Amino acid sequence: MADGDYKKVAYYPGCALEGSGHAYNASTKAVGKELGLDLVEIENWNCCGAMEVKNIDPKIQTYLSARNLSITEEMGFDTVMAPCNGCYHNLKKAEYDLSHDDASVEVNDRLSKKAGHKTYEPGKVETIHALDWIKKAVGEDEIRRRVKNSLNGIKVANYYGCMYTRPRHIFPEKDKGPGSESTAKPHFMDDILAAAGAQNVDFPLKTACCGGAHSLSDSDTSTKLVLNILTTAEACGADVIATECPTCHTGLEMHQIRAEKVLGRKTNVKILYFTQLLGMALGLSPNRVAVQENFSDARPLLKEKGLA
Amino acid sequence: MTERHRRSIDEIEDRTDQILTAAEADLAPRAPALADELLAMGEDVLLAWLAAKGQTPTTGTVEGFRLLALHRQAARGNPSFNACRETCREAVWHHNLIRLDPTGPDTARNIRLGAMVVRHLALFVGGKLESDGLGEFCCSSRPIRIAEQTPSTPQA
Repeated sequence: MADGDYKKVAYYPGCALEGSGHAYNASTKAVGKELGLDLVEIENWNCCGAMEVKNIDPKIQTYLSARNLSITEEMGFDTVMAPCNGCYHNLKKAEYDLSHDDASVEVNDRLSKKAGHKTYEPGKVETIHALDWIKKAVGEDEIRRRVKNSLNGIKVANYYGCMYTRPRHIFPEKDKGPGSESTAKPHFMDDILAAAGAQNVDFPLKTACCGGAHSLSDSDTSTKLVLNILTTAEACGADVIATECPTCHTGLEMHQIRAEKVLGRKTNVKILYFTQLLGMALGLSPNRVAVQENFSDARPLLKEKGLA
Repeated sequence: MTERHRRSIDEIEDRTDQILTAAEADLAPRAPALADELLAMGEDVLLAWLAAKGQTPTTGTVEGFRLLALHRQAARGNPSFNACRETCREAVWHHNLIRLDPTGPDTARNIRLGAMVVRHLALFVGGKLESDGLGEFCCSSRPIRIAEQTPSTPQA
């Protein structure tokens, strides 16, 4: 699909956005509405298998994502937008598996027939992230034109997490030169928030592991990894860490609290979804983009910066 | 030629803490030596991993850096090391940044950021040494590569 054709896309929120990432869901929808973009939720979607299913049976996980892609196609869409890095990664991985692994194709076909829906064939639906959606459907010039409350004065460290760019081979559209996203130094979030007036800091850990998958099973490692991300962002001069994944966001928030309780290390950097920052720049109230739902209370900072 | 002392993961965490809490005036005059020390600590992190896995570490380089060659070696058959590919490259970047302009106004800041990057590498690999699965749930997609190497016939 050509750039700029993402005005109306199928929407796959995924499980996290109905729970811990509710603020991301609310702010994504609010930003889309404000920008005149249409999101049509996939009917009767299922869990993508998150991080767990692929360690038990990767082909079942491929099927789970393929079913969502099949429904998207049946609804008449050729593009699905997934704001969660895990969902986005798994849809991309399914596309890759079904193009490269005969056993995955066979399992998907067998389970699709058993479930009574059309077998998804690779290449029918393009999966995009919320960053692709905003960047390509709207673009920086249009964002600049629409900004009502510039983020000017807010220093942002953009944190992309690990699954948005890895492994490289499931993202064939990335690393294609100017205009495309980079897997080594992703910049779409930087571009969008800069257009909204933010001052992005040069943040060396933008794709570093936060230990998200081990948040509960190995909390101490996760807390140390997150604390290092938070302190590095602060050392870079950031007021805010912008996120684009509910797992990263929750991990940063929860381990920020835990680092203070367990390690006695307090950090002050605030954590906001990029859609919350963009929404406020577009003139939406903090409540409309669900800032009050964040554990990391950015409201005093937003008030100080004239956004609340 | 005597081999330099290899630091353990714990020693690297302690040393990066020292660098991070040192006064700016103490860092800037020693910038080139600290740049090299940070890079060496990054190598030590990966050497600790390779030693734990019983592998002989490469003496080769990638793009002129042993750290990148060690990362490539550690990542072979262990795709969760993808999660520190950019961290290693950032360590090299900060080394170069400090080395290129050791008396610049941002030198102390670059040393601190370089220390944080190396610290992250130490925390990640240290975490993996304690819990081998760290990083294998999420970005590594180990099953994709295993499937490529060993075709399976799953039952569904």
